Amino acid sequence: MSRFVTALAAGALALSGLPALAQPDPADWDAVLAEARGQTVYFNAWGGSDVVNGFIAWAGARVAEEYGVTLEHVKLSDTAEAVSRVLAEKTAGQTAGGAVDLIWINGENFAAMKQQRLLLEPWADSLPNWALTDPEGNTALTADFTVPTDGQEAPWGMAKLVFFHDTARIDTPPATMAALGDWSAAHPGRFTYPQPPDFHGSTFLKQALIELSAFPDLLEQPVPDDELYTLATGPLWTFLDGLTPNLWRQGRAYPQNASRQMQLLADGEIDIAFNFNPNEASNAIASGLLPDTVRSHVHDGGMIGNASFVAIPFNANAQAGAMVVANFLMSPEAQLRLADPTVWGLGTVLAVDKLKPEDQAAFAALPLGVATLPPQALGPTLPEPHPSWMVRLEQDWMQRYGVGQ
Amino acid sequence: MADRQTGLWLDGLTISHDGGLDLAIDAHVAPGAVLTVMGPSGAGKSTLLAAITGTLARGFAQTGRVVLDGRDLTGLPPEARHIGILFQDELLFPHLSVGGNLAFGLPASVRGRAARRARVGAALQEIGLAGFEDRDPATLSGGQRARVALMRMLLSDPCALLLDEAFSKLDTGLRAQMREMVFGFARDRGLPVVMVTHDPGDAEAAGGAMITLD
Amino acid sequence: MLASRAGLIWLAPATAIAVLAGPVLAGLAGTVLPAFGYFPSLGGRALSLDPFAALLAWPGLPASVWLSLGPGLLATVLSLGFAVLICAGWQGTAVFRAIERALSPVLSVPHAAAAFGLAFLIAPSGWIARALAPLAGWQVPPDVLILHDPWGLSLVAGLVAKEVPFLVLMMLAALPQARPEQSRKVAQALGYGRAAGWLKTVFPRVYPQIRLPVYAVLAYSMSAVDVAMILGPTTPPPLSVQVLAWMHDPDLALRFQAAAGAVLQLALVLVALALWRGAEALVATLGRRWAEGGARRAAEGAVRAGGIAAAGLTGGAALLGLAALALWSAAGVWRFPALWPETLGPAAWMRHGPELAQPLRDTALIGLGAVALALVLALWCLEAEQRGLRPPGRTLSLIYLPLIVPQVAFLTGLQALAIGSGLDGGPGAVLVVHLVFVLPYVMLSLGDPYRAWDRRFGIAAAALGASPTRIFWRVRLPMLLRPVLTAAAVGFAVSVGQYLPTLLIGAGRVQTVTTEAVALASGGDRRVIGVYGIVQTAAALVPFALAIVLPAVLWRNRRGLRHG
Repeated sequence: MSRFVTALAAGALALSGLPALAQPDPADWDAVLAEARGQTVYFNAWGGSDVVNGFIAWAGARVAEEYGVTLEHVKLSDTAEAVSRVLAEKTAGQTAGGAVDLIWINGENFAAMKQQRLLLEPWADSLPNWALTDPEGNTALTADFTVPTDGQEAPWGMAKLVFFHDTARIDTPPATMAALGDWSAAHPGRFTYPQPPDFHGSTFLKQALIELSAFPDLLEQPVPDDELYTLATGPLWTFLDGLTPNLWRQGRAYPQNASRQMQLLADGEIDIAFNFNPNEASNAIASGLLPDTVRSHVHDGGMIGNASFVAIPFNANAQAGAMVVANFLMSPEAQLRLADPTVWGLGTVLAVDKLKPEDQAAFAALPLGVATLPPQALGPTLPEPHPSWMVRLEQDWMQRYGVGQ
Repeated sequence: MADRQTGLWLDGLTISHDGGLDLAIDAHVAPGAVLTVMGPSGAGKSTLLAAITGTLARGFAQTGRVVLDGRDLTGLPPEARHIGILFQDELLFPHLSVGGNLAFGLPASVRGRAARRARVGAALQEIGLAGFEDRDPATLSGGQRARVALMRMLLSDPCALLLDEAFSKLDTGLRAQMREMVFGFARDRGLPVVMVTHDPGDAEAAGGAMITLD
Repeated sequence: MLASRAGLIWLAPATAIAVLAGPVLAGLAGTVLPAFGYFPSLGGRALSLDPFAALLAWPGLPASVWLSLGPGLLATVLSLGFAVLICAGWQGTAVFRAIERALSPVLSVPHAAAAFGLAFLIAPSGWIARALAPLAGWQVPPDVLILHDPWGLSLVAGLVAKEVPFLVLMMLAALPQARPEQSRKVAQALGYGRAAGWLKTVFPRVYPQIRLPVYAVLAYSMSAVDVAMILGPTTPPPLSVQVLAWMHDPDLALRFQAAAGAVLQLALVLVALALWRGAEALVATLGRRWAEGGARRAAEGAVRAGGIAAAGLTGGAALLGLAALALWSAAGVWRFPALWPETLGPAAWMRHGPELAQPLRDTALIGLGAVALALVLALWCLEAEQRGLRPPGRTLSLIYLPLIVPQVAFLTGLQALAIGSGLDGGPGAVLVVHLVFVLPYVMLSLGDPYRAWDRRFGIAAAALGASPTRIFWRVRLPMLLRPVLTAAAVGFAVSVGQYLPTLLIGAGRVQTVTTEAVALASGGDRRVIGVYGIVQTAAALVPFALAIVLPAVLWRNRRGLRHG
């Protein structure tokens, strides 16, 4: 019996020693383009948004036209599905011909895949369109949640946390975390946040930590010793202890994700929601989900922002094709469409002043969504804390609020 | 023993179930003759018929032989035995028409659609149901169904005939009529008949040997 | 000659077991090993109990375990109770025939879609609350904890709404063998009320037939992920949901803990089954005493009222939920407390309609393929059993393993195995994995009618010179056309509903309406959920409709086959 188990384990779980094929080199872009022609790229990206799905479909049509690359959008309900897939392939010893060519990823998932060596060796900072970005000026492009990207993922959009409120119900939305706490006390049951470890829920915790902590500088480093950690997070837990009884359902249930939170806003169950896409409220108004009385607001002192990336797994089947797609996503053409609030409305990763004059003009001429704040009103962008904070915050949140009372 | 080359011979047949002896029988039924088997419920009447048709359920053990017209049937599958059986229910196949039921009984050796249709038509005429080919068997009266079942069996050219309470559901008038018809066909064709029944009237009408199981 | 013929059919149970139990057991190995620390690609190369230690240290564990056991057992007791009430109170009446007709659409609604529909009915911002809003003067939805309640009651409601129709279907299949009309007449002649007579004479014979489906309901209710995510508690969630969350956590080290949780989930199901088994014996003893006690009535009015209420509640919840989905799929702006959408339009259908063609085609191909294979295997096994070549029972019951073993406990292991053998990523591999789940249900639906078939038809045909093969094709199969088609429809509905197996084995490249539905539903847009819920239901409903229409057309002139 034990021999059977061992044999099975060897068959099912052992790493194979097969060498990987040579990785395409973006420095020789013509060779990459030639190799990519005719390839099918399976782009694993969250499929919960018509807006995003429409953009990816458009990009697929364009890369097919321009480069002969077929783009298949594998719609995920959770990015972790693709991470699991690559992990399962590594487990089974499949070091080439993997099912995932390109993943929409950032933050924790990127850190985990990088650490487990599940990603292709550096390639992104050699893409032709990388020259149109300003990595020095926009550090979010090279540090994903403070983890160096090391060219293992290519940015394709800038996100920033923004709150939404219904002006039909709220005149002056709270402008700080503390004010949000007071507002909730005055309006019990009318606010909630997605349940950590959901991405948006954890981001809310981090935003609150940055606003409330007396030692925001600590957050750029990995979580320090327990004493410092307790000192840094004490105000956060005090705040949440006060907030929780005033939350929707007294904090005994939470929406699973930002989409569910948005639905609660649409149903009138809550009055304030938030999202990483500053244009999300405008999109939701356009699609009829939210009333057109909804507007965006931010907290004084700034909001957390980060970049969305695409990464290529170490064993991807169509590596050249994936690079061509990643490069196209960073092109002025794609970035203009991505930033167009009637299409998606995400921020561009390009340094607009490095572009050709006509592209600069096109960016300048982009309209603003009805519920979207103009760039100057968005305020400063706060950097993401080191990912270890997120892990620790999620664990502690779970202990305190996530396992029943 | 020369006469045992014809007719149905149950040669020292015993059937046991889970080690216990169910029944033992040794009998010969001449062509055209009827052997009546009577006995209370549970005496093994149906088991006997199952042994003859080759459909004994799992768990039954059989010794001895079943010999039909000198041919040892022991071990042959049911469909190779050429033994016709009529039950208390007519068991007309509900998904087939009356004609289809008869054609099911007709051997494949009768070739050609026209020839088969003709045989079926003639057979229907023989039982007074001419023109009933396309009828749904479920729309027939009890007597009509019984006749179709009988004719379906006869068309399969059986070499022996088993009756399992075949008349018990029919009312008195119909019962006499069917008995006459069945025994008449059997006599005409020289078929040995084994009849299992509760009804002494059946035994009387058959007029042959009688065994009582207990 | 005879031996070789027998030999071929002998293979039937062995083949079925290999096809079904094989993947489950292999997948389990792929879960059990990481649970004990063995997962080389994550650096786990030595066996240890650390994953279990980590699992035990998780503070939510007791509540999570309880939320698997409590709602699972409660949902099963209620589902069985409701199904029994319906049959005991109404079997053999016109009302019961109406209930039978309503079964197909209710069975076709996928679990997740039914859960979404129910959620919109009972949520504080849902239809019921909207209907009450003018009376109660609500301008905003009341802040009451109905969905995701910490006791799991919403979850229980969602499970019961789906499992009652399933158990009624299974009872319908089992009933003919118990000859309920006869028993009822005898019992009524002895002065027993309809319900008392049914409970005392028919139920004891039906229950052994539906025991397996009941176990399947119990195992499913304890470990369902989709329904639990939509309706279940979240602080903490039931164990299976938490296991999936760990499996999806960016912190890959949690995979060990997830595997340990999956093993615990399996153990919980086994413990619950053992408990249930014990309760069966107890109920049987008490029931016998009651049956022999001679009481002629069993609160007849209450049973009948309970039966109709159970049918109305479960059927109504499913159908109203479906109506809500349909309305949402065409809704423009629809806010609380409006009872109807402010605007209606085909926008969502126009947007998603064109994308549906390809997933629908693959759903149909995979479903038809899996159902065809399942029918072949099931009929092969049943025919082998009928020909007495092998005692049925214990060994063959291994094919029900996929119904008992929670999906989270073996699917990831199975995925690793499929990748390792290079068999994944295509529709063929997905079809085979669907077969694992389709075959047990086909077997459950088909087994009883197949065994209840009057064997004397076979003996009569054999006496007419028909070989077993001819009897099978020309007599048995046509006579059993209706149950065969119903089993196929049940199997197809099961195939349509598969999410995790399709995703994991299809490498995300095989897209069915369900994988699309789940991905798109993650965006929470009720209109999209409505469109896909309706499409999923329709996809599953078509075979049910065929199972009713086809025999009716083919056998329109055969009164003997028109029943039920």
